[in-house]
Amino acid sequence: MFIMTSEIPTNYSMIVESKPSEVVRVCDEVAAKLKENGFGKDDLFAVHLTLEEAFLNAVKHGNKCDPAKKVIVEYSISREKLEITITDQGPGFKPDNVEDPRFGEALFKPGGRGLLLMNSYMDMVKYNEQGNSVYMVRYKEKPLQHRESLDLTKDKD
Amino acid sequence: MADIKPRISVEYASKAVIISFTDEKILEDKDIIALQESIMSVIEQSEKINLILDFGNVKFLSSAVLGLLIRISKRIYEIEGHLRLCNINPKIYEIFKITRLTKTFDIYKDIESATEELP
Repeated sequence: MFIMTSEIPTNYSMIVESKPSEVVRVCDEVAAKLKENGFGKDDLFAVHLTLEEAFLNAVKHGNKCDPAKKVIVEYSISREKLEITITDQGPGFKPDNVEDPRFGEALFKPGGRGLLLMNSYMDMVKYNEQGNSVYMVRYKEKPLQHRESLDLTKDKD
Repeated sequence: MADIKPRISVEYASKAVIISFTDEKILEDKDIIALQESIMSVIEQSEKINLILDFGNVKFLSSAVLGLLIRISKRIYEIEGHLRLCNINPKIYEIFKITRLTKTFDIYKDIESATEELP
């Protein structure tokens, strides 16, 4: 029986050094797989942004750039969705304790927007109990004619 | 000789200094630090600067760049200058909206409109 391979989610994993510059390799690899599976520009932008934030959080805040520690990137891609888990070897953190950067004094602080962007651009973002591993899902964006009312490009001030 | 990134171009117009980012992506920490140093040195050269940041070439940025913009805006506020952003593409503008930084920054369509009514 012939089965299209693209219908079956394919699993990949990478063990990456705790260097901020490694984010380029991670993004390039995932982006190539997304393209192979027909994900569009909006998906690529969203996943790229999310990987930047999540990977750099793992390297800087999780592993504190310790060269002895690694970041594990595991992902699965099908025609419908990307599932990705990024795990560091740090002590973890409590995402609920992170201040909302959109309000009050936090709006004027330079940092603290990474989690908000990850939550905004992915359909699901879930941390493990320890807080050192984040699982995220992005469903493929529907073609433009089905989502005209949500098209932010029309919302210009 | 190593290529110095990120690149910016600086134009001294009559009412404002216009800094344009010439790279499509502004990502790495060292690039952001270099960018901050370059822009801060332009700011420190003027007593009370009107600075326009032109994002026309920028197709991607991360939260680290938003932090850089906050630091620049604080410095300009301290010296009673003005900061305006312009030519931001819709995808980048969405990032500003999500983070509510559209409430913090003065964002204009293009350099011409950003220059209007500057003191």
